[in-house]
Amino acid sequence: MKTPVSKLVRGLATVLFLSAGAALAQTSILNVSYDVSRELYKDLNPVFASQWKARTGQELSVNQSHGGSSKQALSVAAGLEADVITMNQAPDIDILVERGGLVAADWRKKFPHNATPYTTTSVFLVRKGNPKKIKDWDDLAKPGIGVIVPNPKTSGNGRYTYLAAWGYALEKTGSEAGARDFAQRLFANVPVLDGGGRGATTTFTQRDMGDVLVTFENEAILIARELGGNKFDIVYPSVSIDASAPVAVVKKVADKRKTTQVAEAYLNFLFSPEGQEIIANHYFRPRDPAVLKKHVTRFPAIRTFTVEQKLGGWDAVQKHHFADGAIYDQIVLGKR
Amino acid sequence: MSTTTFRVLPGFRLTLGYTLAYLSLLVLIPLAAVFLKTTTLGFEQFWSVVTSPRVVASYKLSFGASLLAASINAVFGLMLAWALVRYSFPGKKLIDALVDLPFALPTAVAGIALTALYAKNGWLGQYLDPLGIQVAFKPLGVLVALVFIGLPFVVRTVQPILEDLDTELEEAAASLGAHRWQTFRHVVLPILFPALLTGFALAFARAVGEYGSVIFIAGNLPMVSEITPLMIITKLEQYDYAGATAIATVMLVFSFILLLIINGLQAWTAKRTGRDR
Repeated sequence: MKTPVSKLVRGLATVLFLSAGAALAQTSILNVSYDVSRELYKDLNPVFASQWKARTGQELSVNQSHGGSSKQALSVAAGLEADVITMNQAPDIDILVERGGLVAADWRKKFPHNATPYTTTSVFLVRKGNPKKIKDWDDLAKPGIGVIVPNPKTSGNGRYTYLAAWGYALEKTGSEAGARDFAQRLFANVPVLDGGGRGATTTFTQRDMGDVLVTFENEAILIARELGGNKFDIVYPSVSIDASAPVAVVKKVADKRKTTQVAEAYLNFLFSPEGQEIIANHYFRPRDPAVLKKHVTRFPAIRTFTVEQKLGGWDAVQKHHFADGAIYDQIVLGKR
Repeated sequence: MSTTTFRVLPGFRLTLGYTLAYLSLLVLIPLAAVFLKTTTLGFEQFWSVVTSPRVVASYKLSFGASLLAASINAVFGLMLAWALVRYSFPGKKLIDALVDLPFALPTAVAGIALTALYAKNGWLGQYLDPLGIQVAFKPLGVLVALVFIGLPFVVRTVQPILEDLDTELEEAAASLGAHRWQTFRHVVLPILFPALLTGFALAFARAVGEYGSVIFIAGNLPMVSEITPLMIITKLEQYDYAGATAIATVMLVFSFILLLIINGLQAWTAKRTGRDR
């Protein structure tokens, strides 16, 4: 890759590296992550840094970089020196295995739960009192309902929504043709496709577009409890997708920077009770059963399926659904 | 061109060398990289990427809306420049400074502001919506955003020419019996036209490449309101560099041809009106 972008990224990485190097005895690691995890890691990092200092006596600063997940992964592939990468869908880590072997091929096995410290799922956010009586996926495909989802082509959030709807319809109709028909009707109800999850939130909450927003549970709770001014309700569908957030050490970078140990400790911390508690406070579903139990009122039980269980894994999904000219494209083109 | 004619500043070779090196470094090499990356696709693949229906629809929107926006800016930018040069009124300096604001504003801010304004619950949108005029999340929204970001180009290119334009010319035309329209059409406009074209070309070029502001207001529906830069981003999101550069190549070639035509037109009118440079 010799584009100006990659040069810029490399330049930025150098700047980060140099500024980190200025504080001599200090160790630093860079966590490259997706867009809406910014607040979560802002809370997690200082706690881990103080733990690390207590354990090793070493001053640690954890730097964060956030952006659209695929873009972030591309930046790392192009040379951004991330010690760890924390994403919201597995393909954004798999790409780093393919591109230059930055991440070990068996990254899923390095940490518990397939290296996913927390999970979330796609749920509905409706206007207060649920005036359109939206209860389940079926209601989203009815004529006259406006559905706001982020663009599945450009956002993990949108991709999960599409797959959740697909899985639901597959289960209900028992056939791919039925699922396709359902997805087509659902996406015909989408008036705006925002680039990412936050954009869709703004369109739904601030611009007053649509009757229902389909988004990650953590985002939905955040809006319903904190941002939305009590103007919205959350609706849990009968079934949805398991959107687990994968993490990995960027082996090549960590080897070079000699940060493997701290990077692994950092990711392990995410699975520890303290880490899980902070995760739960950001409305992501923790893996630790004790922590989950403690916050059970926040996370109502919902039946979920994984991409691997129902849809044949990410590679198949990518090829079958999201590649150019594949099912998603056919669906959105077919409706007009 | 003869280098023996007297020049105020010496060093033709040096400056030409500098020009070429500078242009290569900043423009040609990155663009060459785009073309090079595209060549990793076979021609058939390239052709199927750049002619897929969704991409073709995006060309129509991007180039159509950009041309329209540049045309609108040419008309209203000229009016603005005229008002700023020929009249004096309180707050003129302020308005003059305001014109440059679209240059300075981060485009995402512009996009969000315009969307907030034109959404059906926005300040303007709430009055337009009952009339059946929807701007935000429609192709019309794309046009509005492109008009916004292109405005300064026409004003700033026409303004200095207008300032140089002697009012005596118009008085002479009037004293020879020309009425206002004739004076404007045959005296003022020909002098302004090359500058106007430059402004038009700049506004157009800026609009074609615009992403940040448009993306918030467009709605981004396939076949309806997807701009070409979004198609490129979409490819990148799928880790498809070659596909992305293929579309970028088509955009570059289109833009280059259109700019070449506009520049040619400009040179021709300049020669015709005797303002050859």
